[in-house]
Amino acid sequence: MDALNVYAAKLAPQQESLAPGHRACQGCAELLAVRLVAKTLGHDFIIANATGCLEIVTSSYPHTAWKVPWIHVAFENAAAVASGVEAGIKILKKKGKYPVDREIKIVAQAGDGGTVDIGLQALSGALERGHDFTYICYDNEAYMNTGIQRSSSTPYGAATTTSPAGKESIGQVTMKKNVVEIAAAHNIPYVATASPSYPFDLMEKVRKAADAKGPAYIHVLAPCPTGWRLAPNLALSIGRLAVETKVFPLYEIVDGQYKMTVEYKHHRPVIDYLKPQGRFRHLQESNIEFIQQYVDASYEQLLKKIKMSEG
Amino acid sequence: MAKKIGIEVSLAISEAVKLADVDAIAAYPITPQTHIVEHLSELVADGELNAEFIPVESEHSAMSVCAGTSAAGARTYTATSSQGLALMNEILFIIPALRLPVVMTLANRSMSGPISIWNDHSDLMSVRDTGWISIFAENGQEAFDLTLQSFKIAEDHRVMLPINVNIDGFTLSHVIEPHEFLSQEEVDSFLPPYDPPLQLNPDKPVSMGMVGIPEIYFEAKKAQDVALVESKAVIKEIFQEFGEKFGRTYNVIESYRTEDAETLLLTMGSISETAMEAIDMMKDEQGKKVGLLRLRLWRPFPTDELRELVKGIKTLAVIDRAVSFGGTGAPVGGEIRSALYSTEDRPYVASFIAGLGGRDVTIKDFMDMVTLAEKMETEQEVHEYKMIGVRE
Repeated sequence: MDALNVYAAKLAPQQESLAPGHRACQGCAELLAVRLVAKTLGHDFIIANATGCLEIVTSSYPHTAWKVPWIHVAFENAAAVASGVEAGIKILKKKGKYPVDREIKIVAQAGDGGTVDIGLQALSGALERGHDFTYICYDNEAYMNTGIQRSSSTPYGAATTTSPAGKESIGQVTMKKNVVEIAAAHNIPYVATASPSYPFDLMEKVRKAADAKGPAYIHVLAPCPTGWRLAPNLALSIGRLAVETKVFPLYEIVDGQYKMTVEYKHHRPVIDYLKPQGRFRHLQESNIEFIQQYVDASYEQLLKKIKMSEG
Repeated sequence: MAKKIGIEVSLAISEAVKLADVDAIAAYPITPQTHIVEHLSELVADGELNAEFIPVESEHSAMSVCAGTSAAGARTYTATSSQGLALMNEILFIIPALRLPVVMTLANRSMSGPISIWNDHSDLMSVRDTGWISIFAENGQEAFDLTLQSFKIAEDHRVMLPINVNIDGFTLSHVIEPHEFLSQEEVDSFLPPYDPPLQLNPDKPVSMGMVGIPEIYFEAKKAQDVALVESKAVIKEIFQEFGEKFGRTYNVIESYRTEDAETLLLTMGSISETAMEAIDMMKDEQGKKVGLLRLRLWRPFPTDELRELVKGIKTLAVIDRAVSFGGTGAPVGGEIRSALYSTEDRPYVASFIAGLGGRDVTIKDFMDMVTLAEKMETEQEVHEYKMIGVRE
């Protein structure tokens, strides 16, 4: 099995559009996910990046980690800027002012804050207008760039600096916003969840999203050792645990049809995922039980949708 | 000479944008700008204009889309007013910093609250320091001409900055006026296709909008300021070229009957036409030594030209259509005092605020302001600003 993994890695594209030397934290799973995205897309793509960790660590002037065209404008508008880039290139090609024979993919990238909170309107607008682009949300479940403040993507029970656990609070008291379903509600051709802990699944999804005619949305769970209070060497294994415990199932929605892409016959209890993370260390048994029930119910709901898709 | 066409000013601006063969337009509807982009969307729908029309979900996204299209290398246009401009505010700072030559018509409208759809200049003043070139049109012909010239100014490689062309909402935007259009050949002879010095293209990758650490941010801002200040020379050059080609010459400050004047009124925008009437009556019927300066270029501020034009003048009455609440002068008045402070024999500057939220500024108002300004000058009254025409 080990040998297979070594062999499989060699099947991945050798091209790198994200150069080494960026300034991400040790063990950052987001940057690994970004590298896998860049590998998959090759060189003929353009990135519109939102403000956030990814922008800060890859573009500190005069250095850049990007070997492809890259633009950052503001925090909440990656989808709108990508809309513009897509529309601009489309018309310039039509007028013969841009390399016509080249298929250039447009990618918008943002964190969970820039997507599920402040950027949701621009995302919805761009998806509704049907621009041919791929939006990737790297979800580390808080505003990590400004120092671990809660977002509406922060899961129930997680302690952050603006949802601290205390005598009267268990930390985040709301449920994680389901942006995957919000994106899917726009009836776009491709929606998926992905994880850098499952690199080939992620790369396959990026390829499908890029090839889809119209908007595509990928929600990547990007474990953040700093914000999750986790040893840096555990970022990838925690990503696997998220899937194995049903907390973050890997699936895709192609033209409205749901399909699980990574399946386990037996799932581990949610405590296995929560326990290594310092942000959940204050949780009581009853809290964990509640989370388990919530995770089970959400997973059942997803299975129903998959079943309905299978007809 | 081409035939004059009677057309609504908003539509004339759209026709100018069409003649500029713009590539991309992003817009969100807001009164009183709407007629401009409505007509542009019709031109695109009818195939008369080969452009991408992107009907976005907010002005914030309109300006963000413009950043994207312009960075891709497309000639980009938008239009807005008032609250819409305010919603764009965050991105308005970034467009000039990225040196993206977006052209925008600003149909000037007052700011909330109370909500008002009528005209004044408080919307532009709210974005005064974002780094855009700001030009004022007084009538439809100027709006048409300046729209065409703006693309050439913005896209000049010595400039590479966005421009807003200001027209007074309703009082200009919705008025039918005679316009002398230029033919497509004439426009083509004046305005070359956009040749972006940098664009998002995988053949030559660039990173735009990067992090400015303390070691670089200050220098970046200085470079931006220098570019804006130096754009004035290019603006004047292009005004001149336009005049030589088409017979309508523009200046950064226009003067009207200033010969022998001891008191000058200074205005921006379409109330200048009423002011001219007032000047005519004061000069011809009352024999008063008055004249009018009309500020066309608000940013970069034409400091040298102003200093030259007010030499030997006793009183300068500046009429603002916006308030800098609690300030040391209304926006234009304060700017002018500041520009003249270090000059010798500077005139007395009276700073007036008039016509907020669509309140009429009449010929009598201008006459009263001249009388009041001269009295204030005689008494050397110390003041910040005075509001004219407000019911007490």
